[in-house]
Amino acid sequence: MILIQQLILGLLVGGLYGLAAAGLSLTFGVLRVLNVAHGELLMLGGYGTFWLFALWQIDPFVSLIAVGPAMFALGLVLYWALFQFVVKAHEEVRVKNSLLIGFGLTLVFHALAIRLWTADERAVTTVYAGTVVKFGALAIPVVRLSSLILALAVLTALHLFLAKTRWGRAIRATADDWEAAALMGIPVEKTYLLAFALGTALAGIAGGLVSVSYSISPSIGLEWTLKALIVIVLAGLGSLFGSFAGGILLGLAEATSVAFLGGPYREVVGLVLFLMILLLRPQGLFGERG
Amino acid sequence: MLEIENLEVAYGVLAALHGVSLTIQPGEIIALVGPNGAGKSTLLKTIAGLIDARAGVIRWEGKLLSGEPPQRIVERGVALVPEGRRLFARMTVRENLELGAFSQRAQKERRAQLERVYTIFPRLFEREHQRAGLLSGGEQQMLALGRALMGLPRLLLLDEPSLGLAPRVVESIFSVLAELHREGMNLLIVEQNVQVVLGLAQRAYVIEGGKIVAEGEGQKLLRDDHVRAAYLGPLAKG
Repeated sequence: MILIQQLILGLLVGGLYGLAAAGLSLTFGVLRVLNVAHGELLMLGGYGTFWLFALWQIDPFVSLIAVGPAMFALGLVLYWALFQFVVKAHEEVRVKNSLLIGFGLTLVFHALAIRLWTADERAVTTVYAGTVVKFGALAIPVVRLSSLILALAVLTALHLFLAKTRWGRAIRATADDWEAAALMGIPVEKTYLLAFALGTALAGIAGGLVSVSYSISPSIGLEWTLKALIVIVLAGLGSLFGSFAGGILLGLAEATSVAFLGGPYREVVGLVLFLMILLLRPQGLFGERG
Repeated sequence: MLEIENLEVAYGVLAALHGVSLTIQPGEIIALVGPNGAGKSTLLKTIAGLIDARAGVIRWEGKLLSGEPPQRIVERGVALVPEGRRLFARMTVRENLELGAFSQRAQKERRAQLERVYTIFPRLFEREHQRAGLLSGGEQQMLALGRALMGLPRLLLLDEPSLGLAPRVVESIFSVLAELHREGMNLLIVEQNVQVVLGLAQRAYVIEGGKIVAEGEGQKLLRDDHVRAAYLGPLAKG
């Protein structure tokens, strides 16, 4: 029973890993730029949701309607101010410089968050925060279940956007072969901008869900960037639902390790999975390319 | 219609084109032949805006084309079918074609144009919902050509359209090109298959080491000793 309970909790947190990874995977897949500040963007989204609740009692699930677009706008600014200068560069320069920018942003956002909001851990505690759905001895926290469903809904919406709309297809084409995309008349830099802003919005929404299901503090960024990276390596690039499934897999693996090895090994299992996948199946479980 | 004057292109310190000049008159098919590494693909990519020229100008329909980003060049009616086709392999035939009509001008006409492409290549219609990566080589070339046509070009730049295709397929691709030409399309074709392309083109340019070394009517060049020796092999007969 304890194992099953742990697995359920693992599944629920895994959905958020998946959502965090989907955003990182989108920017990485399209821009070929690894944004190591992705976890910090998630942290900012979490604070957005937290403050909307703390100051004006706006329900955290409702406030995502504001947090998503606000983070999208932040993504536009970050791309315009910083990342647009590296995406045009050759691969080596691009990788190095984008890592520098990413680590720089990590420090800035971390320091800024401590300065503005102190280093305290915060969580959105709604009136329904403690509610659980019971199945015999098993308890499913309603807030976490809602977060999982919302994460899936957001990914489905994004999937439809990428699959069906003109600009969504332009993003996929650019991810596949930017030169060929340019030859179709697609303004490649605009698709980079759009993909980066969408990735930032996804991070923000994931952060909002983290702040209501778990807790946030200025220093959670690195942990979430790592989780997202592990999931991307696990699932491979190129599929949003692959990322989601990969996130859930990581959540389940962590839960299993907690049940058998105890809490301290939780972080280790993800890194072991990371290494194993890199050794045995470097394109990822659902990836199509090496 | 297309005028290129003294075009210079370099990759880093390595010069790829030294002062290339070339013109295309309305209604012309121009062939561009030359050995590997002569700068043929570089020239086409520069016209399409994928590579910036270091010096020289490209004019199209009387207005400056060089310096414009690729999407503007497509919008102005110049399309490149790249070497190796460069299809979006994980997307369907239909999705590839619709992406070809991304530009504002082509968006409005995309339904009619899709019909037209399907009429030219009924095979593409049959395979509409298949992934582009699963098509045969010939079908992929048809798709690459169809995708470019979706952008409503007035000048088509083709880079090695016959590469890796069986002779019968090459013949059918070239008969489509001849048909497009009869309907008023301008074509600039880079081709290893010199015999076929010189038979189709009104004029041809020979490029070597980044320079134009010969220019003339296609049929005449076929009889030129230097061209014959270099590109058709010692046994070729005119």
